[in-house]
Amino acid sequence: MRLELREITKRFPGVLANDRISISADRGKVLGMLGENGAGKTTLMNILSGLYKPDSGQILIDGEEKVFGDPVAAIRAGVGMVHQHFMLVPVFDVVESVALGAETVKDVIGTFDRAAARRRIVALSEQYKLDVDPDARIENLPVGVRQRVEIIKALYRHSDILVLDEPSAVLTPYETEELYAIIRSLAAAGTTVIFITHKLNEVLEVSDDIVVLRRGRVAGTADPKTATRQELANLMVGRDVELIVRKGPAKPGDVVLHLEKIFVRDDRLDMKVTGVDLDVRAGEIVAIAGVQGNGQTELVEAITGLRALDSGKITIGGHDTSRSGPREVSDLGVAHIPEDRGRDGLIAPMTVAENYILDSYHRPPYSKHGVLDLEAVAQRAPAGVKDFDIRTPSIETRAGSLSGGNQQKVVVAREFSVPVQLVIAAQPTRGLDVGSIEYIHRRLVEQRDEGAAIVIVSTELDEVLAVGDRIAVMFDGKIVGILGGDDATLENVGLLMGGAKFGQGTAT
Amino acid sequence: MKRIRPALRRMVVPFLAVLTALILGGVVIALTDFDNLHNIGKDPIGTLAGAVKGVIAAYGAMLSGAFGDPGRMLTALQTGNAADIGRAIRPLTETLVSTTPLIFCGLAVSISFRAGMFNIGGDGQLLIGALAATVLTIALNGVVPSWLILIASIGIATLAGAAWGFVPGFLKARTGAHEVITTIMLNYIGSLVVFFVLTTQPGLRNPGNSTPISKLLSPIVDVPNIVNLPTIRLDYGFVVALLMAVAVSWLLFRTTKGFELRAAGFSPTAARYGGISAGGSMMLAMALSGGLCGMAGGFLVIGTVGQMSPDLSGGLGFNAIALALLAGLRPSGVVLSALLFGALTQGGKLMGIDTGIPVDLLLFIMALVIMFVAAPGLIRSIWRVRVTEPAPEIASVSPGSAGAL
Repeated sequence: MRLELREITKRFPGVLANDRISISADRGKVLGMLGENGAGKTTLMNILSGLYKPDSGQILIDGEEKVFGDPVAAIRAGVGMVHQHFMLVPVFDVVESVALGAETVKDVIGTFDRAAARRRIVALSEQYKLDVDPDARIENLPVGVRQRVEIIKALYRHSDILVLDEPSAVLTPYETEELYAIIRSLAAAGTTVIFITHKLNEVLEVSDDIVVLRRGRVAGTADPKTATRQELANLMVGRDVELIVRKGPAKPGDVVLHLEKIFVRDDRLDMKVTGVDLDVRAGEIVAIAGVQGNGQTELVEAITGLRALDSGKITIGGHDTSRSGPREVSDLGVAHIPEDRGRDGLIAPMTVAENYILDSYHRPPYSKHGVLDLEAVAQRAPAGVKDFDIRTPSIETRAGSLSGGNQQKVVVAREFSVPVQLVIAAQPTRGLDVGSIEYIHRRLVEQRDEGAAIVIVSTELDEVLAVGDRIAVMFDGKIVGILGGDDATLENVGLLMGGAKFGQGTAT
Repeated sequence: MKRIRPALRRMVVPFLAVLTALILGGVVIALTDFDNLHNIGKDPIGTLAGAVKGVIAAYGAMLSGAFGDPGRMLTALQTGNAADIGRAIRPLTETLVSTTPLIFCGLAVSISFRAGMFNIGGDGQLLIGALAATVLTIALNGVVPSWLILIASIGIATLAGAAWGFVPGFLKARTGAHEVITTIMLNYIGSLVVFFVLTTQPGLRNPGNSTPISKLLSPIVDVPNIVNLPTIRLDYGFVVALLMAVAVSWLLFRTTKGFELRAAGFSPTAARYGGISAGGSMMLAMALSGGLCGMAGGFLVIGTVGQMSPDLSGGLGFNAIALALLAGLRPSGVVLSALLFGALTQGGKLMGIDTGIPVDLLLFIMALVIMFVAAPGLIRSIWRVRVTEPAPEIASVSPGSAGAL
């Protein structure tokens, strides 16, 4: 079906989320919708799926105007949505999850016709090569498969228009490739696909048309056959963006962070870090690469004082911090951008200003004799908001009401708001858009050039290679190799991540 | 204006909750007025009018019972007769008398809630505080001047309540024992301790009296009254309660300790990341909470009531929970909500006397207020109020405690 949105406008208190947005997508086409966090993509899709009502504007499906009062109406009109966060019941199996809310019944008392539902799910799975086991329990399925269950859920409800909101955010590179194939086969069968993303490669890879949103408006459209990443990035951000990290050679100074044979256990008391030795010097960026779950999380928690060492020794700037807590480590001038911002980095019900002082509220200028100096907060927080381009109505806004990218910017702004000798950045750009990634990378390099030692932990190979002066690869709790200069190639890092020893030739 | 607008917006839902409860209460008043309803077959319109008249009369009586009759106050003030003035303003001052302990306990619950702790032990903390004040008052009788006894007794009441509150905080921080269970258990222990002490210590009782009630403390010490008029009981405990509201507000929102309490309450993990000891915050919050309840007990036993008994608290600690939720855990809101609860209690008594409506109905209305406050979504949908904030703050108080709600 052909989908058209005309002049959609949606206003929230303090924000114009969608400002006269018009887009259209033909039957069997893939429309890539590109935009930074807070550009209005999600708002627009929530309007399309009936969660929000637009203040003005029209939704047309096959030329016929539709008014969606609620999600049920949108589903009935053929619009299916696959959210970033899946809406599945972990203890249900695939058949139950898919049929939930759209159950077919086989008799008057309403017995669920499982066999019929299962047949349709198997048929859909085969038709679009989704390869989903209908009897598997959701909680036992990997993330990529859960996403395919969500797609089946939409198809099961006869969706002719499928909206995918940041579908690759949770996928491994291989799963992403599979997703592209699925999207292509859906489009070939006549489904109209709207693919929301902030990743440039993806939108070029899979779309037939590209529309770029910026600050609630359509900033432009592009043809994926001719458009370049640079053009799209500039359109998205509204200025010339540097896609590569510009930095001079590192000038390493004294050792700031010294790790000596450290062993760390996780909450289940499994040994996750097994004898890591590492020195990080002032004026260099050491990137720690590795597949998620190889001990990086526990290593970072140990360095920042959040997790006790099992054995070993840590010194920061000459101080032994092996037994220090987070406060003592932070007071030594250590910035920590935590991996899980929702858990550690941010307190959602508190304001942006309060989050801005979360780990320095006890020090001057924010605290005098145990009394908070709210004026000092009000003077300094807006600078952070401005520097990092945090889209927030005010510093008194609850941090939890900001978009994910803006929340991350609050964390980074806070950590860079005080002078530091060591920066521990765990997945600092996860879920961020091009403009923010560029800015955060630049700030990391600036901190390095000012003489800080930087440790960045990332599972994104691109990021590791772009930012790191030296790359330490973690595998199974150990650092299996440190690469620098010409050795630091995609192939070498990739091999080490898979568990090969550097210098031993081919991977096992 | 900038600050007033959000404050007004916050008050919309609580206000509508109270209004809804009063409307439903009115319906019940009309439906239970059997004399009037007998005639519904013969004269439906008259019956309806009678019902409306009955409800208006009931709420009118409640209003004047809670705040007094302005006309009468004016006349009394003109005549200048102390007895008349006393009688005229007595309803209002009695409302404030009921309000005082509610403010203390409402603040106590708010502090603990802010730190992610659900303090159901207000009753026990209040009783232990009051018992400590009673014992000290009688012990110091004749030893030191009465003003010193007053200060010492209120002080010891606060400390004893704080200690009683600290125990569940300590247990939670050190062992993870859930504070809902430990505070409830400490309520039982607290009231039994009071019973035990009053029973086994004849020195605390009037000679010859074996019931577990202490002798009158008022001959030894009394909290000074704000106005000296016959029959007026309103004392400086009320002023202290207001000062405590200011102090708690300052502590929560203007000090680093308050920042730590709130941060730890919302997210123990993020607080730890920020270098805050969540366990320390729990213990501090529970001690402060218990201290406020203990102070309430001190003022009750020395001032308003004047003697100690195991049922001194009368469920104040529980009413305070609803009150704190109605107040949105804000000290200013606690004062307003306590006034409302105090007015309902006081006004309800007169409504009972004037119109013969049972006082139980008042409990019914208060229960409705609590129920509607606990279900803001229901109120929003009844009155079609648009959601301006994503979620009320109460809903995001630590997951551990919310589970116990």
